[in-house]
Amino acid sequence: MTVDRRKFLKIAGLSAAFGLGGKTAVDIFAPGELFASAGSAVPVATNQKKWAMVIDMKKCLEEQEKGKCNQCMAACHRVHNVPNFGDNIKEEMKWIWQESYEHLFPSQHNEFISEDVKEKPFIALCNHCENPPCCRVCPTKSTWRREDGVVMMDLHRCIGCRFCMAACPFGSRSFNWGDPRKAPKELNPDFPTNMNYPTRTKGVVEKCNFCDERLGVGKIPVCVETCQNINVHALIFGDLNDPASEIRKLLHSRYSIRRKTELGTEPKVYYLI
Amino acid sequence: MTFYDRGTILPGLIIGLCLFLSPFIYNGGKAGKAPVPELTPKAKEAKQCVAPKPYMTAWHMQLLDNWRQEVVREGSRYFNANQDLWWNNQFDGQLLEKWRRFITSSDASTPGATGKTYYKSLQVTCMECHSNKSKFCDECHNYLGVSPYCWDCHVQPKEDKQ
Repeated sequence: MTVDRRKFLKIAGLSAAFGLGGKTAVDIFAPGELFASAGSAVPVATNQKKWAMVIDMKKCLEEQEKGKCNQCMAACHRVHNVPNFGDNIKEEMKWIWQESYEHLFPSQHNEFISEDVKEKPFIALCNHCENPPCCRVCPTKSTWRREDGVVMMDLHRCIGCRFCMAACPFGSRSFNWGDPRKAPKELNPDFPTNMNYPTRTKGVVEKCNFCDERLGVGKIPVCVETCQNINVHALIFGDLNDPASEIRKLLHSRYSIRRKTELGTEPKVYYLI
Repeated sequence: MTFYDRGTILPGLIIGLCLFLSPFIYNGGKAGKAPVPELTPKAKEAKQCVAPKPYMTAWHMQLLDNWRQEVVREGSRYFNANQDLWWNNQFDGQLLEKWRRFITSSDASTPGATGKTYYKSLQVTCMECHSNKSKFCDECHNYLGVSPYCWDCHVQPKEDKQ
């Protein structure tokens, strides 16, 4: 069989048209949702809670200036058996910690910024993002976002690959380089401090869990409770899906900022300045 | 056929065989006694664990594994001994059938589940009664040569050194 130039072009054209009409064409011209952005597609039930936190930095800084308040951090670390490794930054365990305004909000900072916030120690914790990059990169699904918005960790499954630490833009995750029970004794008298909560083991990543163990029994996070108990009320916890909740009212009435919103992770920790 | 060096090889073989068999000879061919988990006064008083005893003996590890899954993954923190046990599709059919046979044959007199609600926690609930980890958990686990890594993270209760 001989094919002349004209016939060959016809066949080639038809084949190309057929090929483009198939699944490939759909994939090329109308790509489905990329796996990387699939995290946000979680159906929300009508009575689904969405936990979030508001930090009133005005009240917090006032209290810090009065007397070096660190009650929320102390309470969290006590309840969750978070060890203190002293000045060794590499081994620092960060559940809730202090960081300067410039470090928390690099894109909002400028050289003429108000003295009210400049170099002031802000409170930082895991943002429990709506679109958490840490969860997308976890190869063992040991961290994931629950439907109520809490970014959970299953420490039984963590293999310590630290992908999540690389993915988290907020530095909210810490790695256990050694056994936390071997933390310096003089800095950690009677560790583990809470006999009703586990410690971690060597080689896993840990972070704030929004006090999942307390939410499960109807309590609020321990940092928030402590802040209320000392009558400061700088930390407020609540349900974003409930228009009548305290945090929704606060967010409605006061101007709030969140960390690195330009990255699109939708943090759920709001700062009132 | 010549057996070279028989004066050395034969006694050597005999000595080697004796050494190899010495543990069996020492124990008189009997198996070591299986340890029985020791109950604390508190556990004795409670009479009933979260599930019937034969079930707990055979499947406490599956129960704990289910608890871990439900608590961590599903946020379900309470266990109802009547509703949440084997008849509630927690286990696959094969295990269910095995369990049915087990409970009807070996120890039918065991009282059923109490229907009480428990907080699902190894560290808080289990170890509250079974606060003698070394006698209740370790002896059996050591005997069977299993080493569960629960205690790498979970805090074991402080025991009085005897």
